[in-house]
Amino acid sequence: MRGIQGSGYWGSVWQRFKEDRLALSAFILILALFGIAVCKNLLAGNSPIVLKYQGQYYFPALVQYSQPFSKDYKQIENTLNGEDFAIFPPFRYSPTENDLQSILSPPSKEHLFGTDDRGRDVLSRMIHGTRISLSIGFVAVGIAAFIGILLGSIAGYYGGIVDFIVSRLFEVMMTFPVFFLILAILAFRDPSIYNIMIVIGATSWTGIARLVRGEFLKLREFEYVEAAVALGSSDFRIMMKHMLPNSLAPVLVDVTFGIAGAILVESALSFLGFGVPPPEPSWGDMLSQSQRYVDFAWWLVLFPGIAIFLTVTSFNLVGEGFRNAIDPKFIK
Amino acid sequence: MDKALEIKNLRVSFETDGERVEVVSDVSISAPKGKVVGIVGESGCGKTVTALSVMRLIPEPPGKVEAGQIIFDGVDLLTCSDRDMRFIRGNKISMIFQEPVSSLNPVLKIGDQIGEVLRTHLKLSRKAERVRVIELLRLVGIPSPEQRMNSYPHEMSGGMSQRVMIAMALACNPEVLIADEPTTALDVTIQAVILELIDELRTKLGMTVLLITHDLGIVAEIVDEVYVMYAGKVVEHAQTEELFKNPLNPYTVGLLNSLPDLRSNKETLNAIPGLVPNPVSLLTGCRFRDRCYMAIERCGMEEPDLYTYGERHSSACFRADEVKLGI
Repeated sequence: MRGIQGSGYWGSVWQRFKEDRLALSAFILILALFGIAVCKNLLAGNSPIVLKYQGQYYFPALVQYSQPFSKDYKQIENTLNGEDFAIFPPFRYSPTENDLQSILSPPSKEHLFGTDDRGRDVLSRMIHGTRISLSIGFVAVGIAAFIGILLGSIAGYYGGIVDFIVSRLFEVMMTFPVFFLILAILAFRDPSIYNIMIVIGATSWTGIARLVRGEFLKLREFEYVEAAVALGSSDFRIMMKHMLPNSLAPVLVDVTFGIAGAILVESALSFLGFGVPPPEPSWGDMLSQSQRYVDFAWWLVLFPGIAIFLTVTSFNLVGEGFRNAIDPKFIK
Repeated sequence: MDKALEIKNLRVSFETDGERVEVVSDVSISAPKGKVVGIVGESGCGKTVTALSVMRLIPEPPGKVEAGQIIFDGVDLLTCSDRDMRFIRGNKISMIFQEPVSSLNPVLKIGDQIGEVLRTHLKLSRKAERVRVIELLRLVGIPSPEQRMNSYPHEMSGGMSQRVMIAMALACNPEVLIADEPTTALDVTIQAVILELIDELRTKLGMTVLLITHDLGIVAEIVDEVYVMYAGKVVEHAQTEELFKNPLNPYTVGLLNSLPDLRSNKETLNAIPGLVPNPVSLLTGCRFRDRCYMAIERCGMEEPDLYTYGERHSSACFRADEVKLGI
């Protein structure tokens, strides 16, 4: 007897999402990128994951040690003896360590994706750049979603004069060319990763706000909202418990597209030199650095370009698949 | 007799295309404690608007309560604050709606939805709340309530959903229950069951029920006292038995005649000719005269008031004395 404790709304959305192979593969790719971002120190870096040194265990990839040794684990590795051992990440190059002996070397066994103009390993930089791109995408859209949902729900729920004022605010906001607004704001602020997140978030909430407003205007007429009023629920409770969860699905679609957009904006900002400050590795910054060597060092352009392309496309595909999955017209 | 709820001279208007249109004109209804009071009429004659005014749920704008009083517990609901009104809604006066399935929030489990009403009005512990939810579900006849409280609305039939709505409405033991066409969206077989349930709970809990319907069959079943409404006005008011035996308004006669009669072998139903008038363009004089088989010249010149005929029976018709059942 199916049904007494059914899968609920999200269960059926997931069922339909799974049928779209392309979106599902994109979703798996995003999960993999998440894995890479979380485990970046275990995948690439010059600090060993586990080090047994003079009878004691250390985890230099996860914890910073000042004692009993200096930072150069290569030397330590050479002095290991007896029971001591060191397990290094599969890619043994730090994203920020310069190696002037192997500048601009093409992909090889040693450096799978080659090295850049300071001899830094491109693969390692890309792995570490994953976290920057994803965290900017998520935090920026998180900020945008918070502002958008707040203003959109107030406008949609109260309607009338409140809606009029808030809607004019979106419209004014939308007339700004967002990218140049961001550039202008960053000209006055330090281009730190946090400032970039805040600026992208604070300028890209209009789409979500309009969407939530529309959903709330629609839901306000629904009988269960009227029933909730008739049962004495307060405005806040009706907005948060009855309306927001019911308008969340289309908002999440927009959020997914928003993440793709934010990653692209960050790459573009870094490319223009307004992005994440060096030596922090960011995909856009890597692309920008590669410009001067584009004639011969194709690996500097190709790999970060592919990473940005795949990530943005994946988020777009997931958003698309998700939109189809929640669209009642697609319910079979 | 004690009145649980009294609506006095209520006028409600809506604005359409810049014009104010009165959809409820001078309606007075009083509901004695512990009785089922029916409001009957065709679609669009102001029944629901009257009920929504009691709950203060008329959307403003475009709607507006122009005049009148709604007395509950010695207080005029139309003048009390929003905060007091929130306290009354769901706690003292509850309402159930026509479409049970769409009246439940699709993303919340039914146990949580009933629990929310309890949380809003009574300060119960989580455990006490759960106990009360199960008790309520059992009261409205939902089998295995411990499991059912974890169901989502889409997993339940219309009849089950209406039971849940009733459970929500009864959560805080309200004094008045307003039921707006509670069985219209349900199967005929379920209708009787739900009506019996409402009647049974009314006796058990001592509630007053304001039942809005267009179905005189329902009225005959559980209603004690009937108000017949037409085009925003009360045209007849009587005890149920009296109304069925001795109607004093041609409109009521029309409604009664249009009931299918199983005992006779008539081929066609006697529908009332025409439609409920659009409130934008009401007739002068009696609003029913263009559909009335008894209309006379006077009906076009003045509007009949409610006159009392005999004990607790009133009708708004100039020829009330001549009205006979069955034409």
